[in-house]
Amino acid sequence: MPKLTIIAAVNNAIATAMRNDPRVVVFGEDVGKKGGVFGATDKIQAEFGEARCFDTPLSEDGIVGTAIGMALNGLRPIAEIQFQDFIYPAFDQIVSELAKMRYRSGGQYACPVVVRTPYGGGIRGGLYHSQSAEAYFTHTPGLVTVIPSTPYDTKGLLLSALQGEDPVIFFEPKRIYRDPALAEEVPEGMYTVPIGKARLAREGSHISVFCYGAMVPVCLQAAEQAEAKGISLEVLDLRTLCPLDEAAVLASVRKTGRAIVVHEAPKFCGYGAEISALIAEEAVDSLEAPIVRVAGFDTPFPNALENYYMPDARRVMDAVDRVMSF
Amino acid sequence: MTTSAEIAQNPLLAPFLPPPASDEECLRFYRDMVRTRTYDRQMIVLQRQGKIGFTIPCEGEEACHIGAASTFRPEIDWLFPSYRQQGMALHLGVPVEDLVHQMFNNEKDAGSRGRQMPVHFSFVKPARWVSISSPLGTQIPHAVGCARAMQMKGEKGAALVCFGDGSTSTSGFHSGLTFAGVWKAPVVFLCDNNGWAISVPTHKQTASASFAVKGRAYGVPGVVVDGNDVLAVRDAVGAALERARQGGGPTLIEAVTYRIGGHSSSDDPRRYRPEGEVLQWQQRDPLARFETLLGERGLLNSSMKKDLEDRARDEVLAAVDAAAPLPPPPLDSIFEDVLAQQTPRLVRQRAELRSELERHGRSTSADGAFPL
Repeated sequence: MPKLTIIAAVNNAIATAMRNDPRVVVFGEDVGKKGGVFGATDKIQAEFGEARCFDTPLSEDGIVGTAIGMALNGLRPIAEIQFQDFIYPAFDQIVSELAKMRYRSGGQYACPVVVRTPYGGGIRGGLYHSQSAEAYFTHTPGLVTVIPSTPYDTKGLLLSALQGEDPVIFFEPKRIYRDPALAEEVPEGMYTVPIGKARLAREGSHISVFCYGAMVPVCLQAAEQAEAKGISLEVLDLRTLCPLDEAAVLASVRKTGRAIVVHEAPKFCGYGAEISALIAEEAVDSLEAPIVRVAGFDTPFPNALENYYMPDARRVMDAVDRVMSF
Repeated sequence: MTTSAEIAQNPLLAPFLPPPASDEECLRFYRDMVRTRTYDRQMIVLQRQGKIGFTIPCEGEEACHIGAASTFRPEIDWLFPSYRQQGMALHLGVPVEDLVHQMFNNEKDAGSRGRQMPVHFSFVKPARWVSISSPLGTQIPHAVGCARAMQMKGEKGAALVCFGDGSTSTSGFHSGLTFAGVWKAPVVFLCDNNGWAISVPTHKQTASASFAVKGRAYGVPGVVVDGNDVLAVRDAVGAALERARQGGGPTLIEAVTYRIGGHSSSDDPRRYRPEGEVLQWQQRDPLARFETLLGERGLLNSSMKKDLEDRARDEVLAAVDAAAPLPPPPLDSIFEDVLAQQTPRLVRQRAELRSELERHGRSTSADGAFPL
């Protein structure tokens, strides 16, 4: 099996899906000859032709709006939004149309569209190439929201999304797209990773750390540091934010009795609030310390000082100390 | 405004004109215009009686609906309607009862299961009438994407998308026409220009000389047609659909008509528009005009007209009688059709609601009214 990075796994998943299912098409800005600004569709047009892999006009609401129409008429569109920061022109199409079609039509119509988009900071992209907007989408019933953190999961989850009947917002952690340290063996051909199931990234006993996407390697790094101090972190990679694997979250926190939630997005009303509330509502009797959130600040995303904005292992360790000293 | 005779001279559409409507077809058009008006007025009555919460009147625009629907081919085409196309549904063969079930949001409201406000219809049969949403212009790129899928799959149909003059200002119009022009997609954009977007007249909507001319910059030819002339609409839409089916690409049609009633049952147009304007347009009433034509051809007389009106009224009243007593959809339906599979979370919330009702009985909060 070849060793792939996350971006290579995205590319491999798209090619695999297109080989196996003639209904799959991929389009967006610069996805054709150029192969996407990050290379996610590299060589896809050469293999599958312009009918199935094509550049669109520069209009996010047009990309998602036409994807909805294609899905209604039986295709499996992969709509690429070049940076998650540019998804907002398509927000109405996603929230008002994509998410609600099945419900509002009494199940008569559905649109299994996969919207792929790179998210998150760490590439010196400033306010408009760094955002983590997952909470806007997880707050919208009718959408599946997925954020992988490993090459294996990236391919397996993307293939699952393309086989399912639901609209999926597929956030890709661009900061670790090409991280060679994360490259791993990924099977050739079809396989799936189930949507709605968390992954135990590291087993531990003292604190449960809930995270996803680019924060998973950060939390695993913190776990190494904690172990050196005799503290055992359990790291749960949520993988699917909606529908959330609540059973896995609750089982972990009932085992460890302590919880930290880590994400890059601003803390206020961020996804961590939902995890914290879930634990408080369902497992407060297991808690031996307050739930602590480690998150981006409640500011727009900065550029020069982005390394101070994004949670790193040191900040996670501060949370570990706070939880353990309660 | 362009009449039937002028459309026949239009070099773009002339090669694709449908054959002249037979006498029988003309009578069917007229019948369905009468059915549409009867249904429409009855819905206003029901709303005023407090029996349904809301309606969107379409009086004055029946020729646009019937003319366009008459050339639609349900076996191969897709329809992306707006919320003022009731006549299209009737002409395509949707039973009036199915419309009324939706208006009552009852347990037989199959196309929204009680979830959408009245008039937001969805049908799979007898035509692919894609569920209507309230945000404006969003359906325009859907039609273009659907048409693009037809191209890719080698299908022979076309997509027909309907919207009003106000929707030409939305981003959906812009992106839809942009994409359709580039893709040469088999889609027909039908803009019913009824003069008003709620209270905003067309001259405050755009400084463009017409809505049809907007197509030019997108590489989408535009045609203006008399929207109160059912045969002219039929010729224009029919030719544009056929042109699209044969690979000729998209067309933007502006059907010039007039909204005789308010925007909705919640709107009083006397607050913002002169009564004289309404009277002027009533002189061009699409039913009256078609009656004159049919009379001249010896196809319609006053007793036939009365007979059609009586039958339409009986049909609508029977549908209301059937729909009114039915209960709303079952409570569990709140939690269905969110995703393909019901999540454990929704199963839990459903159980919570059931338990609440067992303990406290049905909801005691007052029924909402639109607008409040």
